[in-house]
Amino acid sequence: MSLVQYSAPSTLAEALQALAGGAANRPLAGGTDLLVQVKLGLRDPQHIVDLKRIPELTALTLDDNGLRLGAAVPGAIVTTNREIARIYPGFTEALGLIGSSQVQGRCSAGGNLCNASPAADCVPALIVNRATCHIAGLGGERTVAAEDFTTGPGTHCLEDGEILVSLELPRPAPRTADAYLRMIPRTEMDIAIVGAGVALTLDESGVCTDARVAIGAVAPTALLVPGAAAALIGTTLDEDSLRNAGYAASGAAVPITDKRGTADYRRKVVGVLVRRAAAIARSRIEQPT
Amino acid sequence: MMQVRKIHVSTTVNGEPREFLCEPGQVLSDALRNNLEMTGTKEGCTTGDCGACSVLLDDALVCSCLVLAAEAEGRRVATIEGVAQDGRLHPIQQQLLEHAGLQCGICTPGVVVAAKALLEENPDPSEEEVRFWLAGNLCRCTGYDKIILAVLAAASEIRGA
Repeated sequence: MSLVQYSAPSTLAEALQALAGGAANRPLAGGTDLLVQVKLGLRDPQHIVDLKRIPELTALTLDDNGLRLGAAVPGAIVTTNREIARIYPGFTEALGLIGSSQVQGRCSAGGNLCNASPAADCVPALIVNRATCHIAGLGGERTVAAEDFTTGPGTHCLEDGEILVSLELPRPAPRTADAYLRMIPRTEMDIAIVGAGVALTLDESGVCTDARVAIGAVAPTALLVPGAAAALIGTTLDEDSLRNAGYAASGAAVPITDKRGTADYRRKVVGVLVRRAAAIARSRIEQPT
Repeated sequence: MMQVRKIHVSTTVNGEPREFLCEPGQVLSDALRNNLEMTGTKEGCTTGDCGACSVLLDDALVCSCLVLAAEAEGRRVATIEGVAQDGRLHPIQQQLLEHAGLQCGICTPGVVVAAKALLEENPDPSEEEVRFWLAGNLCRCTGYDKIILAVLAAASEIRGA
């Protein structure tokens, strides 16, 4: 291990200065990925910059505009917030699926994005909620849509020295709900073979007026699937429409075969999960809790 | 290799102010055990999978093997050593004994810390809730049933008290 320095700046400006020296400087949020990677020898940073003392990274606000979530806010803080769970049930469930109770004490939606696993559970849920990623660098600030943040397995759009500061989920329209489902070989604490997020808006007569569908673990990054959304919009979410959305998702998937599942299996299951997640989102609109 | 400067950390462990010097890459479980000589917290996997090193950090349940020791600066750490009060075992500890919920004992401190965190948030958990909450505490001896029964019995005892 060549780690020779740890710092915990209290402002974004100080953190950006500390990270400016190149890839040997690594930002730390919850550490549930980074510290494991360091221990396993997969990363060898010289300087770890702890972001958890920076207010923008740890703030959480929920108001009429939506949810603004600091990139380092732990999962447990989000999933135990009943108002967030009511407004964004699918996102809350997806974030809560990451790791154990102990991991939930540290892991964050921002870290899940930055770790850039194709199987990251909360990424499809962020995408269907139209989340935007607020990024800061010495050159200024910019925003990126959640679906454009990850660029491949383990890679993302951040330049060296940039920080993901916060995520912004707009307030959903009336009669909107989301859902996230994943397939894992075990009952809990596993990596998704397939993930599927769906957000729907229905009018008063039950016709779907807006939809977002995103799939995970079936491509190098989580994918937004406009074709699956198109199969739902304008319908009453009858069986045929749900099935067509599933077919569109299966068609968009470009999975690999690995020890956890074959490409054929993933392609089939992603369609099933999209169909089921859409049905759950609909039931959440029709029978709000 | 660059000279590694040690970091001075002032923290609070089980309500007591504590200080130690750590390496930048040293994790909290290691600092608790080797710098503060509090060996109740166990190290199992050291990669956040087994839960043996569970502690509370500012009231959040975490694996102390995945926390840098330097992160504890100015924060509150609660370990297994703070669970029994005045020589009296906590109901979770007592019920683990009575249900034979431990054999080798390596997982037990983590189980106790995690279960106590659960019962403080949810005094009347279902069996399923206990099993899900403790899914990150691996035990290779008991087969879990006795641990789960002990936690449920402790919850019942605490509610009745």
